Amino acid sequence: MREVYLDNSATTQVTPGVAAVMQEVLTETYGNPSSLHRKGVAAERVITSARRVLAGACAVKEGEIYFTSGGTEANNTVIKGVARRRRRRGTHLITTKIEHPSVLYAYRALEEEGFQVTYLDVDREGLVHPEKVIAALREDTILVSVMHVNNEVGSVQPVAEIGKRLKTANKEILFHVDAVQSFGKLPVLPGNWQADLISFSAHKIHGPKGVGAFYCKGGVLLEPLLHGGDQEKGFRPGTENTAGIAGFAEAAQIAVQKQEENNRLMANLRQRMLAGIMEAIPDVFYNGQAGAAPHILSVTISGIKGEVLVHALEEHGIYISTGSACHSHRADPSHVLLAMGRAEKEIEASLRFSFSPYNTEEEIDYTLEKLRDNAANLRLFTRR
Amino acid sequence: MKALLLIRYGEIGLKGKNRKFFENKLTANIKRSLLGIAECRIQQYRGRNFVEVLEGDTAAVIRRLQQVFGIVSLSPVAIAELDIESIKAVAARELGKVAKPGMTFKVETKRANKRFPLRSPEVSRDVGEYLLDHVPGLTVDVHHPDQVLDVEIRDHETYIYTQRIPGPGGLPVGASGKGLLLISGGIDSPVAGWMTMKRGVTLEALHFHSFPFTSERAKEKVVDLTRVLTGYGGKILLHVAHFTEIQKELRLKCPEKLTVTLMRRMMFRIAERLAEQRGALALITGESLGQVASQTMESIHVIEHVTTIPVFRPLIGMDKEEIVNISRRIDTYDISIRPYEDCCTVFLPEFPVTRPRLADVEEAEKALDIEALVTESLEKTETIEIRGQV
Repeated sequence: MREVYLDNSATTQVTPGVAAVMQEVLTETYGNPSSLHRKGVAAERVITSARRVLAGACAVKEGEIYFTSGGTEANNTVIKGVARRRRRRGTHLITTKIEHPSVLYAYRALEEEGFQVTYLDVDREGLVHPEKVIAALREDTILVSVMHVNNEVGSVQPVAEIGKRLKTANKEILFHVDAVQSFGKLPVLPGNWQADLISFSAHKIHGPKGVGAFYCKGGVLLEPLLHGGDQEKGFRPGTENTAGIAGFAEAAQIAVQKQEENNRLMANLRQRMLAGIMEAIPDVFYNGQAGAAPHILSVTISGIKGEVLVHALEEHGIYISTGSACHSHRADPSHVLLAMGRAEKEIEASLRFSFSPYNTEEEIDYTLEKLRDNAANLRLFTRR
Repeated sequence: MKALLLIRYGEIGLKGKNRKFFENKLTANIKRSLLGIAECRIQQYRGRNFVEVLEGDTAAVIRRLQQVFGIVSLSPVAIAELDIESIKAVAARELGKVAKPGMTFKVETKRANKRFPLRSPEVSRDVGEYLLDHVPGLTVDVHHPDQVLDVEIRDHETYIYTQRIPGPGGLPVGASGKGLLLISGGIDSPVAGWMTMKRGVTLEALHFHSFPFTSERAKEKVVDLTRVLTGYGGKILLHVAHFTEIQKELRLKCPEKLTVTLMRRMMFRIAERLAEQRGALALITGESLGQVASQTMESIHVIEHVTTIPVFRPLIGMDKEEIVNISRRIDTYDISIRPYEDCCTVFLPEFPVTRPRLADVEEAEKALDIEALVTESLEKTETIEIRGQV
């Protein structure tokens, strides 16, 4: 059966080139980067060069990039690390209602530790307004987290504007941006955003699962989550995932090099998909923002449970998702769409298509055809 | 070091001429339950089983045996020689393990070996006196003792035990014929399956799958539930019937408020047909009276009208909380609460009728080609053999 994978915001296929790089490290450069001998030095070199690639991609210093086990660990490390370290300066934190669970639940956990958190509302397009951030500031605010691209609807937050106004209001407050969904697709330049902390993940850009990173601006200190050896300067102890880090760098290099071209490619696929859906299926609503990210498309097909369409399409080898992969094991409706003011019925009927540069127009057309047929068919069985 | 476990099986001792059959079933089930975890030897002796295992395996073996229906209780046994001094010493050691200050006790002796020079009351008295002197803080109470120490004098050795670990009771699986369990993925049906297994029934299971309205994960859930049940009685054949077309037909052609009743009638028809093919003598469901619309007396009456095969509903008189308690105890609860929809919830009408009338239902069914739908569903049924967790 043919396979059309349109769930690239859940995770992506590791490209053969990336897998080859990893294979080489796994079987040849397998030394422990901390070992004194040549094998160790070779492995250490792999990590140094990966760090250089990532730093280059974001125009930051090599020493400001730290590798982790993924986006979730990156978010937890910077949020909890900064809050705990700066507790004496203040206990107020700000984030938004549409963050990834690894941000939201890190903040919830901090509330248990006595911090106060303001969760900002978004508008119907899924955007945080910079003035809301400023209005929420207090004397004792120490950290603000706003994601770059939302993983469920693709809305692109005005992080540069937020950073500028935040630092004008109080330059002591640290600014964290979760760039897991945007890195490799849109420019991620902490300098332009005045961001102090950024989170990354490898597996959203055709790299491996189990690797991520964070940027931490020089001079900013964190309490590490884990204690152990002095890998990653002690901020993230544990023997490095050398192969994963090498794969991450390889994937990042490709993504960033081709970013503009890929961006155009995906924007075209996304537009084709959206236009096709709007034309072929009645009672469809677009969820998101006019200038949303090129790789994520959220729509509501009224009257059909998203999950049922997901299963109907998988029969044809087409893989899409409802809200997000992180939600689909739970029965609760998407917190993102709720924050955007959608009713539960609409949320239940929402679908997410997420694209990769490796998708083709032909795949989109095939998907549209199957989507149209199945939607029409399934609507016969919805509640009358 | 070898350790010995005494296994008591109460009820099957009563079964007259069938006794041998029941005993052999139980022995086979015990053997099967211990496959892969312990080397063991099983012997039957005077209405009880003895399992000899390696001492390090005892805890794991006891846990497994507590899942074997037919076992009333278990006792780890200590062995003494056929000699009163040896018996006293082992008895003191064993009682010492469980003794608490102020505890009352009693010695009970069975002398199966009539060549042993002392008679049972004499052994009890001698051992009791010895224990009073050698285990501090105890008193004798022959009527309401806190602790009984059992001495069993056999042909070649003496068994001594203090513990009685409860077993699950019931009859050995396989002793009562085959039943077909309608399993949904919810909390109730696995419990109903477990309860019939407890009465010796060998299970096959039938699940109705409505892809794409229900997901692969909903099916996985049922496979996992069935696997838990195999822990109580060996492999189970799980039949997964294709139900999508039927649900679509009902949706398109029948009044919405009757869909639950009609759906259940279709399920019962398919189940009865499958039961005939598989040699099952009864259907088993997790229905509990009045729990949901399809489980009122009126609904049950109208639904069961389509079958002649007996339908067992072991949960009929139980409250939800009682069912949940059992499902926790038998380890199906955590699987049952996974949030995937099953075919019963997907098409749930907003206002299902709670008191359907047979005439209305039969009228509504005239729009359907029932025979074709049942046949098609059975043809598309997939059978999965679920083996134990071993």
